[in-house]
Amino acid sequence: MDLAQTAETEALRTEAREWLRAHVPARPLPSLETAEGFAAHREWEAELYGGGWSALSWPEEYGGRGADLFGWLAFEEEYWAAGAPGRVSQNGISLLAPTLFHHGTAEQRARVLEPMARGEVIWAQAWSEPEAGSDLAALRSRAVRTEGGWLLSGQKTWSSRAAFADRAFGIFRTDPGAAELHQGLTYLMFGLRDPGVTVRPIGRLDGKPAFAEIFLDEVFVPDEDVIGEPGRGWRIAMSATGDERGLTLRSPGRFLAAADRLTELWREAGDPADTALRDRVADAVIGARAYRLFTAASASRFAAGAVLGAESSLNKVFWSGYDIALHETALDLLGPDAEAADGPWAEGYVFALAGPVYAGTNEIQRDIIAERLLGLPKGRR
Amino acid sequence: MRFLLDDEQREFARSLDALLTAADTPAVVRGWAAGDHGPGLTLWRRLADAGVFALAVPEAYGGVGPLPVETAVAFVELGRHGVPGPLVESVAAGVLLGGVGGPAAKEWLPRIASGTTVVSLALEGYGPYALDADVADAVLTVTGDELRLTRGAGGATGPGAATGPGVPTGPGVPTGPGAASGPGAASGPGAASGPGVPTGPGGSTGRPAPTGPGAPTVSVDPARRLFRPEPGGEVVAAGPGVREAARAAGTWATFATAAQALGCGEALLRATVAYVKQRTQFGVPVGSFQAVKHRLADTLLGLEFARPLLYGAAVELADGAPGAGAAVAAAKVAAGEAGYAAARTALQLHGAVGYTEELDLAWWLRRARPLRDAWGTPSACRARVLAG
Repeated sequence: MDLAQTAETEALRTEAREWLRAHVPARPLPSLETAEGFAAHREWEAELYGGGWSALSWPEEYGGRGADLFGWLAFEEEYWAAGAPGRVSQNGISLLAPTLFHHGTAEQRARVLEPMARGEVIWAQAWSEPEAGSDLAALRSRAVRTEGGWLLSGQKTWSSRAAFADRAFGIFRTDPGAAELHQGLTYLMFGLRDPGVTVRPIGRLDGKPAFAEIFLDEVFVPDEDVIGEPGRGWRIAMSATGDERGLTLRSPGRFLAAADRLTELWREAGDPADTALRDRVADAVIGARAYRLFTAASASRFAAGAVLGAESSLNKVFWSGYDIALHETALDLLGPDAEAADGPWAEGYVFALAGPVYAGTNEIQRDIIAERLLGLPKGRR
Repeated sequence: MRFLLDDEQREFARSLDALLTAADTPAVVRGWAAGDHGPGLTLWRRLADAGVFALAVPEAYGGVGPLPVETAVAFVELGRHGVPGPLVESVAAGVLLGGVGGPAAKEWLPRIASGTTVVSLALEGYGPYALDADVADAVLTVTGDELRLTRGAGGATGPGAATGPGVPTGPGVPTGPGAASGPGAASGPGAASGPGVPTGPGGSTGRPAPTGPGAPTVSVDPARRLFRPEPGGEVVAAGPGVREAARAAGTWATFATAAQALGCGEALLRATVAYVKQRTQFGVPVGSFQAVKHRLADTLLGLEFARPLLYGAAVELADGAPGAGAAVAAAKVAAGEAGYAAARTALQLHGAVGYTEELDLAWWLRRARPLRDAWGTPSACRARVLAG
């Protein structure tokens, strides 16, 4: 048992650190949930791509470096420690791209991946619907066969980044007569500015249009934008929620950096006599370390050939709860200043609040943990 | 990086698990709490034969240590099976004496490693008690830079040797399931007192041991017998080296306790999952209710995020990393809290029967909290984490 990195990983880390030191903007970019901030973050993605960092785990032919999970984890630690901007292309890179690598065609990969990595095309996920949230298989939006492709109709919602993004991927009902709800679904990609698409931004708690509703009225999708076999969309979508992608949704580096910032804040602003608050700061440090080591163990298992399934649910429940607790601790340290909406922890706090809800609610994740990891009987949800 | 146990380490865990499953540890614990240390000391020798007590003893003194990863593996199993006795103390004493060296190390370490002796330990800064001092052949105490050793009657001369006057050994000693509810036992939780076990607050009715470690303080876990070391004893080493060795021993004690707490929590979770699958209400297993599932899922989360902290600390200890102390403290906070949370979950989800001594579960329920606090309270460990 060891935690030693290979020379290759360490070299990658050093290279990343130097590059980031020279390139990370001195002043934080405007919030990426605004038009101005979105554009600035898009430019940052292009700069990252220029350095070979925007999708370093992809093969070189698509603009990556062929880095393994350990390399990616090391890069992420450097990235967040350097105070680099949030990744506006995350949905594409961590959700759609792995789906294309597993289920897409060579033509799709050649066409879609590079513009994604350059930040030219920003992707949004179009999965949830008004009547299909945790019960995603209840989705009703349909794709009807037409000459050379499909016509999409229906409504998607809670689509992160869709207010400013270019394209979206999602699952649609192509066989309404299928025996089971999760049969007869098809995974496909479409343009958010295509004819028949209406995007209505939705303000999140702080009013920023962080997500949107998408109305679809006979939107044409050519066959080349269907991922995998028609009718197999559910299985493809579910494979995007588990496996190594469970590891890449939120990297430990992000929380290690946040815990460091919190510790700094505590040293500056904390009252040494307030041991209750001190303990919460310590818990943030411990939690970041736990998450890093938990991920190291998962990555080691993955490297040894194991399939990571339901344990990604442990991962998600952990970081989403952790993120809120860490930000609440920061706000408590700030005292009366915490109320300022433009304060240094405000945006992160609002972002963290959504964690237990998106990417599969924590209720669903806990059901998965209980049923698949603990072997408890299925019940009604 | 390969942050996984290797085949040999996994096999070590499996063999200890098999040994302890066959040993009927609930019966051993009941005996231990009632003052019948014989079965516990027999088990002690078998654990020694499996290599457990050699893990922290340096090779020069007949051990194989220090092997922190294997120590963690062993103590998770010991915690899971609820093994009683000054296990942590004996391992930490190995680290202490190994660090100090000299005649005391020569005399005691080979015997600790081979399991022919039982040692307890109290270190300044970790609370006043030496666990199970009445069974120990030696009680080590460090104050300032002085290491003292008090010889006791102990159990080194064989199973049963530790049973002093007044200890029930004949008929009437509780041995079976439900034994804790025998005649004279108090009926509330945390008072599982068989005949002869001290029951009064402060332990004033405790039995005298032959060479007198004094009366024990009653723990909420009746199988943990807490003694304040007698003043005096022979000074076996002094100087800054003692201070340094005591620091290392304290870190190892914290580490082994964290592992035990994790194992204790695992056992509580496992028992509770089994229970909610078979306990039926409203026509369905209670384990099919979401509120029950989620509580158990959260319990698993706590344990599964404590585990990498424990093994991460083991790796740092093995590397002699400067941050090892903080890493151990982080592991102790997480494992201690997760183990205690598992106890709360077990209590809640077993319903009323969990609040009794009817089930063996009670032994684990009562141990989780002491393990959380022993050898570094959560608060002290959190401070250690931030001290770096």
